[in-house]
Amino acid sequence: MLELKNITKRFGKKTIIDKLNLQVADGEILCIVGESGGGKTTLLRCISGLEKIDQGQLLIDGQAFDPSSPASEAVIGVVFQEYNLFPHLTVLENITLAPKMVLKMEATEAKKEAEQLLAKLSLSDKATLYPYQLSGGQKQRVAIARALAMQPKILCYDEPTSALDPNLSQAVKEIILDLKKSGMTQIIVTHDWDFAAEIADQTLKVKPLKF
Amino acid sequence: MNYILEILPSLLAGAKLTLEVFIWTLVGSLPLGLIVALGLMSRFKLVKGVLRFYVWLMRGTPLLLQLIFVFYGLPILASWLILPRYEAALVAFILNYTAYFAEIFRGGLQSIDKGQYESARVLRLTYWQTIRKIVAPQVVKIVLPSIGNEIINLVKDSSLVYVIGLGDLLRAGNIATARDVTLVPLIMVGIIYLMMTAILTFVLSKLENHYSYWK
Repeated sequence: MLELKNITKRFGKKTIIDKLNLQVADGEILCIVGESGGGKTTLLRCISGLEKIDQGQLLIDGQAFDPSSPASEAVIGVVFQEYNLFPHLTVLENITLAPKMVLKMEATEAKKEAEQLLAKLSLSDKATLYPYQLSGGQKQRVAIARALAMQPKILCYDEPTSALDPNLSQAVKEIILDLKKSGMTQIIVTHDWDFAAEIADQTLKVKPLKF
Repeated sequence: MNYILEILPSLLAGAKLTLEVFIWTLVGSLPLGLIVALGLMSRFKLVKGVLRFYVWLMRGTPLLLQLIFVFYGLPILASWLILPRYEAALVAFILNYTAYFAEIFRGGLQSIDKGQYESARVLRLTYWQTIRKIVAPQVVKIVLPSIGNEIINLVKDSSLVYVIGLGDLLRAGNIATARDVTLVPLIMVGIIYLMMTAILTFVLSKLENHYSYWK
């Protein structure tokens, strides 16, 4: 279980997140929805350790942890809005790089696991391609595979449907629900209320704080 | 033809010195340029300020002046700063080219999207793993054409060493032309420079090709 206790985040004097409390049970899907400028992405960045929180505490299974510390384990994976694949590496290398370098996995083992992930996400024929050769939807699935390869407990998505046409949104939805079945906790930032309504167990609405 | 063979050894001896200056300048200034580039992007204002001043100084004055200054000027400032001709030439060239390379590397480093660093960070790569595996390969591809341009320039800039009395390729040709009252040595000098830059152009385009497998 992921718990947020009294999370506060400021940029300079501007408070973006004010004393937020939240719990996400294992295997649950939390959707963070709301208008632009409401701090959706900032909250996701705090949870994934890309921004330092100013106050409050993050807990996983009751244990406090600091996602921004390099020592913390890879419990949180992120699928970025722009995917941020590594352009100079093949699909397979994108996925195996971190398991090899960080988890010190053997090359053959990392490759085997990556191939399983690719098969699961119907990308098997794309393993040797470079990101520029992929469509938006394919890039996104590679980004999901890359995050999953680090065996996270929680997977975060930033606006997963914003760059996709409607039938591809359907495909992402299926992937997310599939991962839910396998017990993955997922946090999804989206401005798409319908999408959120279809998949969320819990919805957090954020809006810009008044001054 | 006989004349050409006659003067060729002296020209080749000059070309050897030209190549030595060229190679040692690259060996010194490429890594130093990278370090200075990182310094130019540093959070420490003092480091940044000092390095900016250095780059401004090196790019803002002629290389010829720097060469003269290192060889003739430094000993006047401090008697222990006397450098032999060859070493003085290398110091001046390395200082000068480091500044140009630093600016090229800085441009390359700054053009890497911050999303690349963030991806690497959430995948738990360390800073050095990120630089080595993610940033460096992308920067190399970006800076290669500009670096290549400077490298070609360096071959020709190396002829400036004649001013402190070093016998490089151009000087060897000049001496032969003055002695024998013929343009043949200078034409040969031109051809040798062209051959050196042709080889470099070929190597550089091979390198660029090597990095063209991704966009």
